[in-house]
Parts: sequence; structure tokens; C-alpha cells
Amino acid sequence: MSVLNTSRGETARDTAPGAGRSPARTPGPRENFSAWANRHRKWLFAAPAMIFVGVLIVFPLAWTLYLSLTDSQGSVRAASQFVGLENYLTVLSDVERFWPAVGRTLSFTGVALACEVVLGMGIALLLWRPFRGEKWVRVAILLPLVATPVAVGMMWRLIFDPNIGFVNQLLGMIGIPPQPWLSGQDTALGTTIFMDIWQWTPMVVLILLAGLTSLSEEPDEAARMDGANAFQRFFFITLPLMMPTVIVAVLLRGIDALKTFDILYATKGKGGGSFHEVETLNVYAYGLSFDYNQYGLSSAVLILFFMIIIGTMWLLTMRKKAVSK
Amino acid sequence: MKRRSIVKYAAVAAALSLGLTACGGGSGSGDAKAAGTVRVTLANHVWTEGIKAAIPEFEKASGLKVELTQLGEDQLSDQYNVKLNAGSDEIDVMMYRPLQEGKAFAKNGYLADLTSKVSSDATWDWKDYQEGPVKATTVDGKVVGVPIITEREVLYYRKDLLQAAGVAVPKTMDELQAAAKKVSETTPDTAGFVARTGKSAAVTQFSSFLYSFGGDFTDASGKSAVGSDAAKKAYSFYGGLIKNYGPKNVSTDMSWPEAMAIFTQGKAAFYTEADSLYKNATDPAKSKVADKVGFAALPAGPAGSKPYNIPSWGLAVNQASGNQDNAWKFIQWATSKERTLEAQKAGVPGPRASVWADPAGTSTYPKDLAEAIAASAKVGVGHDRPEVVTVGKAREIVGAPIVATITGADSSAAADTAHDAFQKFLDSEKK
Repeated sequence: MSVLNTSRGETARDTAPGAGRSPARTPGPRENFSAWANRHRKWLFAAPAMIFVGVLIVFPLAWTLYLSLTDSQGSVRAASQFVGLENYLTVLSDVERFWPAVGRTLSFTGVALACEVVLGMGIALLLWRPFRGEKWVRVAILLPLVATPVAVGMMWRLIFDPNIGFVNQLLGMIGIPPQPWLSGQDTALGTTIFMDIWQWTPMVVLILLAGLTSLSEEPDEAARMDGANAFQRFFFITLPLMMPTVIVAVLLRGIDALKTFDILYATKGKGGGSFHEVETLNVYAYGLSFDYNQYGLSSAVLILFFMIIIGTMWLLTMRKKAVSK
Repeated sequence: MKRRSIVKYAAVAAALSLGLTACGGGSGSGDAKAAGTVRVTLANHVWTEGIKAAIPEFEKASGLKVELTQLGEDQLSDQYNVKLNAGSDEIDVMMYRPLQEGKAFAKNGYLADLTSKVSSDATWDWKDYQEGPVKATTVDGKVVGVPIITEREVLYYRKDLLQAAGVAVPKTMDELQAAAKKVSETTPDTAGFVARTGKSAAVTQFSSFLYSFGGDFTDASGKSAVGSDAAKKAYSFYGGLIKNYGPKNVSTDMSWPEAMAIFTQGKAAFYTEADSLYKNATDPAKSKVADKVGFAALPAGPAGSKPYNIPSWGLAVNQASGNQDNAWKFIQWATSKERTLEAQKAGVPGPRASVWADPAGTSTYPKDLAEAIAASAKVGVGHDRPEVVTVGKAREIVGAPIVATITGADSSAAADTAHDAFQKFLDSEKK
């Protein structure tokens, strides 16, 4: 009997005349297994993937959750005590590092995301209609996307160096005094947001361009016939039609931006700088683990961070469902 | 028939493959022993370059095969944290920072006890090692590491700028301040003084200033001393030098690569830094002012000239390794008198007294640097950061007043805040 038996085949056999009445030969173990395998086909084929998810996603999450309820520190293998929700209380009442980190995470994500979507939409609209040399322009726009974030961080760090950096020399030529950029307490976060925008806008462009090219032309043409101008056509026709794609872009980029680590770490190092200027939740949790060896506290921060991400995703998917309707 | 078994095997294979990859991460230590390999993890350093080139010699002489992993300082630290936490036996020999990770690693049981091994070989001669470095690689009476690189803080200066400004090489902190002031006033676009400014990175270089002003991170009874008058004077002096005579728009995240870059780009007259980094300033490939750099011992404060004299790196054996004898063979070779002399000639100050006594040991050093090193080694202090378990956190606490001073905040108030926080931290470590 073939493994690829369809369910139709099975029902045909089950309802065959005389089924169950004639004394059946006891099936061999091999037939037993294949019958069992046949019945549980959908589970069997999904099993490798499910085991994979279990081992690589569910277990680490559960382990982190467990660690967050202990006072584990120094070494994960060192004896640790179960302390219940103490870590969470410590973290949630920490106004020096935790809450500012939450604020920075959200403002970093919000500002970067808003700029990336608006810029990305603009660029996608420019690239929408064919023009001469569009291939080159597309390649140029995608370049930041293929660079390694750590290398990007290093590069901008050199460009923005307050003393020997290119940007300040350029500003000097047009008579603007040198700016502190990454080394300023107030300007560091803004500078890293700029880097994020520089690197990730192309991804948003790609997604939105894919959405634009799949739109049908008719509504746009009809509006043109009715004498709608370009703004009206964009705001009343293109944008509403594009909304599901925009939300996909916001979802993908938003989750990524929340988790940003490499650019921040490459430019400001551990702790997000001497005043924790760019310490987001991810950087904070990393420091708690690798610098302070406080695994319990770090895990609590990560679990809270995980909840923030899940919450944001849920809000966005709700929005997407509403728009799709 | 055939198809059926395919499904069965596929299912079993899928389940097994996942299980196997989970345990297949490390080749067992038994294999390493049998194959006669020794797995060595080293940091990026001039010392490592020398050892790397000489490894074939060792392989030939010992019949062992060396598998080398080389990483940057921070990655190395993180790698150890991950691997040793998991009890991995994939590392046999590890290059580590005795003053940064030593206590924590020893407390977690990551480092093998080498006490009997170091005393077993008279020609290798453990007694040849300087006392300060040995103290740093000994935890609770057990030797857990062999020092390989030592460092002292010295003054780097620009001969041409001092001459132009008509100032002598400063012998005291007051003279240093006056000289920095004069140079920054007479030479446009050049800072009088530069040094590390990052909250955590600056702590080690600030420590020599702290000692020279008569302070320390903790007092004799192990209580915080960063709020003492001496410490406050040191904070305001070090931070003030950078704030008043440092580069314009100074970043508060500088570690040695950034500070060194400002000095080697010709943008500063004085720079205090570890002597083991001197090659960066005198190598024409790396430095615009290679031929104009002079060296001197750290200027004397109210308590004299008290630079740190510490072992910045050592070699240790991973406790979980099943290959400890081969690991020790590698360490014995890498730290022998001959290898130490070779490394020292290449610009890496070592921990062996006999090599320092040998004229060949300092033959390649600039003369003024060799003198500064000799003077510092006599009066040096054996630690350059708080001697605690969680050094990373302690450094952030005691480094905060440095950054506060540089940015023009109230230095004394910052020291008081740090004092309370540091005391709280020390109490929590005692628990």
C-alpha cells in the first residue's frame, strides 16, 4: 500500500462491502506502522519542523522564563534560588535604567519607522514609472541594505567623529561650527536613528514598490478622466489600495527596529555610551548578561521586552485585518 | 514496501538529526587527547601575532597539533561567557584578563588549578615571574593563570610641541597641568592633553592618577574610598585636564583606539596610556608623529608617582577541558624564557624578571621608554581597577565621576554619588 494513499482511498476501503466481517489476516508490524503513519500523515510530515521550533524557539523561551524567576548570576550553572517575581519588581521599579531604556526603544522605533515609511513611499513612487537608467538607481538605492550593520556602524562612527570626522570638516567649510553627533548626550540617539533610516529605508522601498507594481491601473485612470490631480489620486486611490502593503512593511520593519542592537553596539559600545544615551532594552539586557552576569535580571528584562514586541505585533495585525476588510 | 520504509526512516532520521546536532556541537575531549591536539583561544594582540608565527616550532617539537581561535577583546569575553557557562570542553588554553575576569572565572570554577604544574619545572622557573603579576593570577592561594603581558601607565608626549612652547618634560602633576595649558594656548588646533574618556574604559588609566593623589578605589577595610578627598582631587584633576585642555568637542566614549588616534594624528601634546601600546605611536605606518614621540614616567602627584604595574593578559587552562596536560605543555612553551624575550623584543613588555635584566630584553625599546618602564616597575601598584568579581559593573560606577567632570558637571557631587553606589555594590558582592 502506498504512503501516498489519498484519504479518498481510505474511505473507499473503509466502506468497502464486507469490511470488518471477513476474518482479517493479522497485519505485520510494518503494515501496522504504515497504517499508523497514514492516519497521522499531517503530523508526521510536520514533525521535523515542529521539533525544530520546539528545540530552537520554545525551549529557549521557556528557559529564559525560568531564569527570570531565579536569582541566577555569575554563572548559569551556579546554584540559584527561586525568587518568584522579585526580578520583575526590581526591573519595573528601576527608573534609572529600565524605564529610560523602554522610552528610548519606543522613540527609536517610532521615529525611525515613521521616517522610513514616508521616505520609502516617496522613493517607491519615484521608481514606480519606468525611466532611463532606473536599473542603476535601483542598485544604488539597495546598496545600504547589503552592508553589514556592524560595518555600517563603524563607518558612520568615523564619518561623525567630532574631531577628525568628515561631516564636521564639511560643515566647517560652509561655516557651521562642529557638532558632537554620536558623542553628544542629546544628539547620540538622533544620530543612530539617522543611521537606521539610511540603512533600512531601501527595504521599505522594496516592499512598497512590489505593492505598487501589483496595483491595477483602472481606478487611477478613471480618476484621471474625472480630472483628479496627482495629490488627490495618491491620497484617495493609491494610498488606500496600498494600505495592506504599508502595514506589512511597518510590521516587518517595526519588529526589526524594536530589536535593533548591532548599530547601537558598534557605535556606542556596552551600556549605550557613558551616559547610556542609546541604551535600548536590547542593549540593556545584553549588558546585564554579558557585563554584569546577572542572568536572572537580564531574563526578566528580555521577557518584558518579548511582551512589548508581541503586543505591538498584535496591535498592527489587528489594524491590518481592519484595513483588509 | 520501499516507500513505507522511507517514511519511517525519514521520520526517525529527522528526529535523530535534531537530537544529534544538539549533542554534536563539540568533539569530545577524548578525541582531542587521542588526536594530540590542543585548542587555544587568544585575543588580538601583538603578543598573539608572535606566538602564531612560532606555533609550527611547537607542533614539531611536541608532536601536538594546535587549533587556534583568535578574537577581539570584547568578543573574547562574550565567547568565554557563553562557552564556559555551558561547561564546554572545546577550549583547552584561554588567554584572559586576570584583573577583569580572573576573580569571576575562578569563583565560577572555570579555571583549572595550576599550582602543582607551575612549580614542577625548574628550568621554566616560576620564581622568575614578578611578584605583582603573580599576585594577580593567584586566587585564594591557588595559581590559576600564567601572566604573559604586563603594563604600566606612562606619559606619551610630543617632543616638537614641547620645544616650540618652551616647556620641559613634566615631572609633577602640577607641571603637567601647566605644560598642557601652555601648549593648548600657543598651538592652535592642538589639545594640550588627551586620554581615555569612556566611563568604563577610562577607569584603568585614571587609577594611576588616583594612586598618585594618595587615593584608591577601596580602603584597607575593603570599604569604598572613591568619595575620599584624595579621590575627589584626582577626579577633578584628570577630568579637568581633558575638559580644559583636551580636544574640542571631546567624545565621552573614548577607549584607547580613539584617544591614541587623536595623539597619532598629531592633535595632542600629552597622552597617558599603557606602555604596551607604544608601537601604535612610534610605528610610521600607524602614526603621523612617529619620529616626534617621547616617553616619561607618570608625573608625581602629592603621593608621588604611582602608576599601576599590572599583568593585562594571562594564559589559563579551562577546568572543563579533558586535555589539561597538553594545554599545560602549550602554556609552558608559550611562556618560556626564550619566547618571552622574543615577544618583548617585538614590543610586548613581559612579566619575567630575568628578561628585564637582560639588555637584549629592552634593546628594541626607545631609550626613554625603557627608563620609564624600569622606574614604574619599582613603584607600581598591582591593580588598575577595583578588585571585585563583577568588574564591569564596578568600573561603570567608579568611572561615572570622570565623565561627569569632563562634561562640566559637579565633580565632587558625582564622586559622592559614586561613593554611595560603590559601597552598595561592595555590600551586594559580600552577600
